[in-house]
Amino acid sequence: MSHRPSARAAAAVFALLAAALAACGGSSSSESNSASATASTIDDTAATPTGTITVYSGRTEKLVKPVIDRFTAATGVTVELRAGDSGALAAQILTEGKASPADVFFSQDAGALGAVADAGLLRTLPAKGLLDVVDPAYRATDGTWVGTSGRVRVLVVNPTLAPNPPKTIDDLLAPAWKGRLGYAPTNASWQSFVTALRVLRGEEGAKTWLTAFAAQQPKAYEKNGAVRDAVDKGEIAIGLVNHYYLYEKIAAGGAAKVVAKNVYLAPGDPGGLVNVAGAAVLASSDNAVAAQAFVRFLLNEESQSYFATTTFEYPLRTGVPQASDLPTLASLRPPKIDLADLESIEKTQELLASVGLLTK
Amino acid sequence: MTTAVATGSRARRRRVELPPWQLLGPTVVVALVALAPIWYLVDQALDRGWGPAIEEVAQRRTVDLVVRSTALAGFVTLATVLVGAAAAWIVARSDLPGRRVLRVAFAMPLAVPSYLSAFAWVSWDPSIAGFWGAALVLVATSYPYVYLPVVAALGRIDPAQEEIARSLGWGEGRIAVGLTLRQARPAVLAGALLVAQYAYMDFGAVATMRYEAFTWVVYGAYRAGFNPTRAALLSVVLVAVSIVLVTAEGIARGRVDASRVGGGAARRGRPVRLGRATGPAAVFVVVVLGVALAFPVVSVVSWSLWRGGEAVAFGEVFSALWATVGVSAIAALVTAVAALPVGLLASRYRGWIARRLEQATYVAHTLPGVVLAISMVYVGVRLLRPVYQELPVLALAYVVAFLPLLVGSVRAAIEAVPERLEDIARSLGTSRSGAWWRVTLPAARPGIAAGTALVFLATMKELPITLLLRPTGTETLATRLWGHTTLSDYSAAAPFALTLLVVAAVPTALLSGLLLVRGREDGGHVG
Repeated sequence: MSHRPSARAAAAVFALLAAALAACGGSSSSESNSASATASTIDDTAATPTGTITVYSGRTEKLVKPVIDRFTAATGVTVELRAGDSGALAAQILTEGKASPADVFFSQDAGALGAVADAGLLRTLPAKGLLDVVDPAYRATDGTWVGTSGRVRVLVVNPTLAPNPPKTIDDLLAPAWKGRLGYAPTNASWQSFVTALRVLRGEEGAKTWLTAFAAQQPKAYEKNGAVRDAVDKGEIAIGLVNHYYLYEKIAAGGAAKVVAKNVYLAPGDPGGLVNVAGAAVLASSDNAVAAQAFVRFLLNEESQSYFATTTFEYPLRTGVPQASDLPTLASLRPPKIDLADLESIEKTQELLASVGLLTK
Repeated sequence: MTTAVATGSRARRRRVELPPWQLLGPTVVVALVALAPIWYLVDQALDRGWGPAIEEVAQRRTVDLVVRSTALAGFVTLATVLVGAAAAWIVARSDLPGRRVLRVAFAMPLAVPSYLSAFAWVSWDPSIAGFWGAALVLVATSYPYVYLPVVAALGRIDPAQEEIARSLGWGEGRIAVGLTLRQARPAVLAGALLVAQYAYMDFGAVATMRYEAFTWVVYGAYRAGFNPTRAALLSVVLVAVSIVLVTAEGIARGRVDASRVGGGAARRGRPVRLGRATGPAAVFVVVVLGVALAFPVVSVVSWSLWRGGEAVAFGEVFSALWATVGVSAIAALVTAVAALPVGLLASRYRGWIARRLEQATYVAHTLPGVVLAISMVYVGVRLLRPVYQELPVLALAYVVAFLPLLVGSVRAAIEAVPERLEDIARSLGTSRSGAWWRVTLPAARPGIAAGTALVFLATMKELPITLLLRPTGTETLATRLWGHTTLSDYSAAAPFALTLLVVAAVPTALLSGLLLVRGREDGGHVG
């Protein structure tokens, strides 16, 4: 904690006053909206990363810190980690514009990365050894961000209550499941699934499915974990969640105590969407070499295995195996979708609210 | 008998002339700082020009949102006035046993963050979500804003009028509502304004309860829409609502300041015997404290049992505690320094300038935390880049967010100090500012301290501003709590939540203690 903060704050007040008066004369034009990302890529492997980088992370400190510590040990680069909500951090970067202190944006989902990329604030990453170690489905088409781990939308089912579980989202609309389904209305992954549904089936198609789903009177829970627990306890038969919630419960309580099972949806079904967490380097970074080295580090085999074993997420580097009892991503054949299209979550929320699935 | 519902006599004494520059200068600076978010909002809202801006705002949906938020804020304000005033009356006037404990206990729900309370309720029964769930949580967490000033006011109001009314054969109920609480009207109104603004700006309760209020949509525009322009436009509507509220409170407050005009202190009257009403009063106490305090506390305690005794990271809890106390203390002190000139000016001067300057400090108070946070990101990164994401900008953001909590307290505290004391000091050769410094402020100290404690408390619970503007590496109890709950790791979150509740109880107790002391002092004199 710094000394005499009130004196510094008082100085800040006067600086603000002076500048506010100056700003009254002519409002400065916003400099943050230059259209395109920095086109020229740099080769971080040719230079030695040094100094300090600032990472804005939508993933929590608890998860990211071990990777950072290994990165610092391996390179000597100091990392200043600022963890927060991915969406709020994206808004912060958009507001900071080119003056952003961030060098790396590590986001919980692709939508936030897409929004920052659209504002032209991201640097294009090099293909060699960085973008090209990840399947093109899980990175930006313009190379501005790359997926670092994946999560699959699944049905978590109670085998006693649902011995023959559905295999598609349309099967969920059968009368047998009325009042026996659960979901987490405010969960970002659920909203990403609905966004994918809009992209895949169009606004009308999505609205039709959602209206029918709402008519099933699904039970709303605060979080995905609560949905999973309700299925496990037999309160409901089926929950719409991400694949790893089941494994968290198994890791915490032992497989013998867990009743619920994951059911993966049929190939190509919108319900089986794969979402990613991903990372990007800011165009305004003054230490792009180290920043890029950090993103590269997130994709190395050690970090990828770490994510796979701690979070039970799918590693996205080709060749790194997923946690032992998960089916491979390739065998699941998830719906084909440009993850950048999952940016329009606000429209999704409006749609969900209009069919009564979000607000009360 | 010295009690007077001082219509006009005191108000007229307030000076209409221009305040001295020593007071005006700092007040103008503070008002400008408080308006910093408005600068951002207007700039951002008009990013694409007037046409798209008007189109975005002039939608049916915007009207719906105003209606929905106003319904919630209206209900919550009304309910907090009833609960807060009833609690204050029980503590200050009735003979219910255990009043001394209750005086502090009724303030305690201030220590419970709305997001914690809301989460506790929804986890217990998801079907509580919606308008009533949001209203329940908002009333439970904000009624102390009404209770505290009313308890303080009742301690100051001389019971003489009540005794006269009683001798005229008025029933106790009629006296309580028609006379006692009526005299506390300015305190009720000041509290009601804070509650109304709080109900418009709070995010934790409406988000968890999934009630589609303004804040929720504003957060959505940032976090789901990645559309700062839309968020700013909606926020401008909230500022307009705030201006309406502030103006309405000003009109309702009018010139009626129920305070004694010098000459001794109010003495304490005989407590009203509740008799058969003791039962219902006890039920009221149990329900209010059960809902607002016991339930959230018990559910936080139960979190720690969810996963069966993981080792508590005491080191992390301890360092988060230190950071929280440090940051909150700095915020409270800086805000107090900023609030002094504004409160002094507002209580001692009338006229357009004084009124507008005071109101300016209130305007941003309906803005949701994330909007204030992004505003200060905007201001900080442009004007204060060297200290951006350092303590000074963070403190400045807290000042902007919480100034209204303190300005109101300072103003009320100074108004309760008779100006005659200043006149006497000046007649003895002290300058006007010397009289303020040596006579007025010391006399107003308890009230100012209470306001400072209120800001300390608000800062402890604050999340969005802290997350975006804290110095890198600073983890407060609230940010740790957030970090663990986003991972649904409630057993790990529990120690931080419990520590937050326990530590927040300290300034809360202090707050009611400051008011308690004053009540006793007053009671000690015979008027």
